[in-house]
Amino acid sequence: MSQIALKAGFDDSVHDSQRVFRALLDAMSRPGRIVTPSPPPELPAALHPATAAVCLALLDFETPLWLAGPDIAETRAWLAFHAGCPFVATPEQAAFALVTDVAALPALGDFALGSDEMPERSTTLLLQVGRLVAGQGQRLSGPGIDGTAWLDVDGVTASFWTERAAACALFPRGLDVIFTAGPALAALPRTTQVED
Amino acid sequence: MTQLDEGSGPAEVGVAGYNFAYLDEQTKRMIRRTILKAVAIPGYQVAFGSREMPLAYGWGTGGMQITAAIVGADDTLKVIDQGADDTTNAVSIRRFFNRTAGVAMTERTVDASVIQTRHRIPETPLRDDQILVYQVPMPEPLRYLEPRETETQKMHALSEYGVMHVKLYEDIARHGRITTSYDYPVLVNGRYVMAPSPIPKFDNPKMDRMPALQLFGAGREKRIYAVPPYTPVKSLDFEDHPFSIDRQPHSCGLCGSNESFLDEIVTDDAGGRLYVCSDTDYCRERREAGDVMNRSAAE
Repeated sequence: MSQIALKAGFDDSVHDSQRVFRALLDAMSRPGRIVTPSPPPELPAALHPATAAVCLALLDFETPLWLAGPDIAETRAWLAFHAGCPFVATPEQAAFALVTDVAALPALGDFALGSDEMPERSTTLLLQVGRLVAGQGQRLSGPGIDGTAWLDVDGVTASFWTERAAACALFPRGLDVIFTAGPALAALPRTTQVED
Repeated sequence: MTQLDEGSGPAEVGVAGYNFAYLDEQTKRMIRRTILKAVAIPGYQVAFGSREMPLAYGWGTGGMQITAAIVGADDTLKVIDQGADDTTNAVSIRRFFNRTAGVAMTERTVDASVIQTRHRIPETPLRDDQILVYQVPMPEPLRYLEPRETETQKMHALSEYGVMHVKLYEDIARHGRITTSYDYPVLVNGRYVMAPSPIPKFDNPKMDRMPALQLFGAGREKRIYAVPPYTPVKSLDFEDHPFSIDRQPHSCGLCGSNESFLDEIVTDDAGGRLYVCSDTDYCRERREAGDVMNRSAAE
């Protein structure tokens, strides 16, 4: 029997999750804005601090999770213990998908995109990337943005942006993405138009 | 009875046996996930597992659940009912959060980070770092035209809003103008027709491209929806009957404002009337700032 030394979660789960959620809400309501939610004191090696924070704040037994990336056994055990989320075998079954490395990202069309009548039944994608820089890179517009905003996501391929555009063209169906890079986090809801 | 320093009080100890802000953590996570979806699909009503709150449906249980899910120890909360901080609904909700969360309270719009409102938008323009939480009795704008939820879902899915335009047109055919004066339907980001909650249509233009995040909660109907910052919100109208707001031909009897939405107060049994700002904070700030008292304007 293999044993994994389990790492701790939030010190104060009530207030820590509230602060993480508010940072995330800020990012989701203002696409392109980079926020830095405070992470738990310990986290699995495969997770960035911002990813760990979001997982603990949002996941529980009601959120089927699809997990992909290298060396995720520790992450899986950590999430099973702290969040208690069920793990699913295919991306389309997932309420949340956690992809710890862009190389493990499937085609975005494989995720649940919701239906026209219930567009909220879509997967929220948590994607770990190399680096996030505001004020340069892709040009963003849409709800939550006063005119235009700029976000540079280091590590995703050009096909990611094409697939995202194709998924979001089905609005109100679509895919909401949360990018994390180290302590930083930015979100792209399905309404955001992205141009090069 | 415990004496509560509600209204301005610094944090007091929460009620023993209850979680911070009353709701349990699993419920908060569920509501938080719903809010994120609502923000991602502006104007779309997301169903959520609305909980029983310790006050009756119709008293703001939807707004309270949103506030309980977002509020934190470092927030400053303002609660208004028809613009006023000192009416029953506002006082009891403020007392609720003072007891269960101990968050700082304020009556000043500019000092608040979260504002929960029943049926008004503050006159003072809101900022990028504020969140406005609306209490919503009936989230479905099409409900009085189409009683079946299965049908209204389809109508939203297909952007099939003809029936709403027919309703507005019939107003014009009968009365010469659109007579809806509150809960006036809006189109959010060019896609979803949305009920702005029963705010006077006077407030509708404030929703358009508002810098603050707007969240809407309907407890009995179990729906949460949202308008992200800087999102276009258009009141429905026709080219030849454009949307317009009714300006009252009075100014406030206390602060003299002729910009704000006014309440009519009967002052005696001989037809005496006083018109005062419905937004009590706006009115007080103007008076404190030394704006002209203009009682004569109130007749």
